Amino acid sequence: MTELMGIKVGDRLPEREHTATNVSLFLYNAAVWNAHRIHYDESYTTEVEHHPGIVIDGPLQGDWMSQCALNWMEGRSELLSFNYSNRRAAYLGEVLTAGGTVTDIDMASSVVGVELFVKNEAGEVISPGGAKLKMLQP
Amino acid sequence: MQDLLTEEHRAWIGKAEPTRTVEISRRDIVKYAVATEQCQKKYLEGDEAPPMFIFNLFSTVREIEALRPDGLPRGSGQGPRLPLRRVMAGGTEIHQYQPIRPGDRLSGTQRITDMYEKQGSTGPLIFTVRTLAITNESGEPVLDEVQTAIAR
Repeated sequence: MTELMGIKVGDRLPEREHTATNVSLFLYNAAVWNAHRIHYDESYTTEVEHHPGIVIDGPLQGDWMSQCALNWMEGRSELLSFNYSNRRAAYLGEVLTAGGTVTDIDMASSVVGVELFVKNEAGEVISPGGAKLKMLQP
Repeated sequence: MQDLLTEEHRAWIGKAEPTRTVEISRRDIVKYAVATEQCQKKYLEGDEAPPMFIFNLFSTVREIEALRPDGLPRGSGQGPRLPLRRVMAGGTEIHQYQPIRPGDRLSGTQRITDMYEKQGSTGPLIFTVRTLAITNESGEPVLDEVQTAIAR
């Protein structure tokens, strides 16, 4: 089986749980300068935009997913590309899990492809994604 | 399916917004790294920006009176006025060519590259695809982003 720096297709990346709070969402939206009220104003979010609760930013989930790839081979890889899609909204109070799996290895270029996800507590993938990492040989 | 996009909307496809230049500050990287619960020291100390730091980095900072009641910016510079008003981030694809570091002066040019409609489970959706090309002061590519916004 193809193996690069001990990495094999099918290897799972370490998973990490993320629990957004009002405070963390405030800080994130301040950092990216996003004033959309669905991320901090509960009555507006439920009564006007008809969400069941405060919405966890899609790009924040995207960042968590990118961290899954970046932290996996920290110091031994560089990120070439990354993508994600928001398929389903997530709401404050949900515990989300970011993880992934190695899908392909290009030995010639030392590039590893990973499939990434953010799952909700029901185990449903609410944001799928992927990344390409260039492995840096020691 | 109802045709929500007019010729006027589609005329935006291909239009580039004026290139904007931003200076990257260590403090902004640190704030972003903390808010996103980064683990790596280089991000938490602001020596390098995480790739998703570029989200909204080149959007215009509008005056409060230029924001809609939902908090999003209104009017020109962001694209056409859509018949559907509730906007959510759909997804992103990025290609990174070099790291972003404090002190970098980066130029970003954004353009709408596609607009299309789909029927969602709760009604019609309008997808707006924007590409952002980021270069450094030497004109070298730093990062390209393709971002999709969904209006419902």
